Amino acid sequence: MKLQGLNSRGNVEKVMKDVKSQASKNAAPRKPGGLNAEIQSRIGHQLRAMYDDVVRQGVPDRFAELVRKLDAPAAQSHVENGGGSNDQNDGRE
Amino acid sequence: MPLTDSLRDDILAAVPSLRAFAISLSGNSDRADDLVQETLLRALANIDSFQPGSNLPAWLFTILRNLFRSDYRKRRREVEDAEGNYAKTLKTHPSQGAHLEFEEFRAALEKLPQDQREALILVGASGFSYEDAAAICGCAVGTIKSRVNRARSKLAALLYVEGAEDFGPDETVRAVIGGSGG
Repeated sequence: MKLQGLNSRGNVEKVMKDVKSQASKNAAPRKPGGLNAEIQSRIGHQLRAMYDDVVRQGVPDRFAELVRKLDAPAAQSHVENGGGSNDQNDGRE
Repeated sequence: MPLTDSLRDDILAAVPSLRAFAISLSGNSDRADDLVQETLLRALANIDSFQPGSNLPAWLFTILRNLFRSDYRKRRREVEDAEGNYAKTLKTHPSQGAHLEFEEFRAALEKLPQDQREALILVGASGFSYEDAAAICGCAVGTIKSRVNRARSKLAALLYVEGAEDFGPDETVRAVIGGSGG
C-alpha cells in the first residue's frame, strides 16, 4: 500500500523546500495591478517559518506513546476487560 | 483498514505537521496539543473508515479541522484570553526583533477569518494541493483559491500596508519602535 501526500517528515520537508524555492523564484517579477510580489513572498516565508518551527520539534513523547500503545477498536474491548484488577474473575460472582 | 505497524508509523510521521496546523489554527500551543491528542484518539478509534491508499495526512487534517471547528464557539472566550496572553509575551521580550516580527505575524494571522486562515495554512504552509485543501475543508476548489487570495491580501494589508497601528498591542509596538526605554 502506498500513501500519497505528506506521510513522512522527509516528504513534508521536501514539499516545504520546493515551496520555498518556488517562492524565491516568484519574488522577482511583479504582478501588475496585483499585490506586491515581494510582500507576498515575505508573507509566504513567514508563514512557513512559523509552521516549520513547530514541525521541526518532531513528535512529542506523549503522542508517540499514544499511537504506539493504543489499540484499534476491535482489540480495545479486550484491553478494557483485561485492564482491571480482577483478571482472575472468569464469571464466578 | 487494520491498524498495522506501518500505519502507526505513517500516523506518527504526520504528527509534527498536525501540531503545526493546530497551533496555526488555534494560536495556542496547549490547546493545539489537546487537539492533536483528540485527533489521534479519533483516528485510531475510526481507523476502519480510513481507505487504504488514500491520503492519510489529509484524512488526519480533516479530523483535526473538524474538531477545531466543532468547539470553536464554545472556546471563543478562551481564544480571546489567549490574545491577552500574547500581549504579555510581547512585553516580556520587547528587545527581540525577530521574536516581535514573529508575534506580529501570528497576531495578524489570528485576525483572519477562520475560513481564510485555514485555507492559507493548508496551501501555503502544509503544502497541500488546492484539491486536497478543498477536500479537507469540505468546499469547492475555487472557494479555497479565493480564500487563499483573500487571506494573502488581508495579511499584506495588516502587516505591510496599514502599518502597525491596526493590530497588536499598540503601546508595546510603539515603545519598541521608538526605543523609549525608561
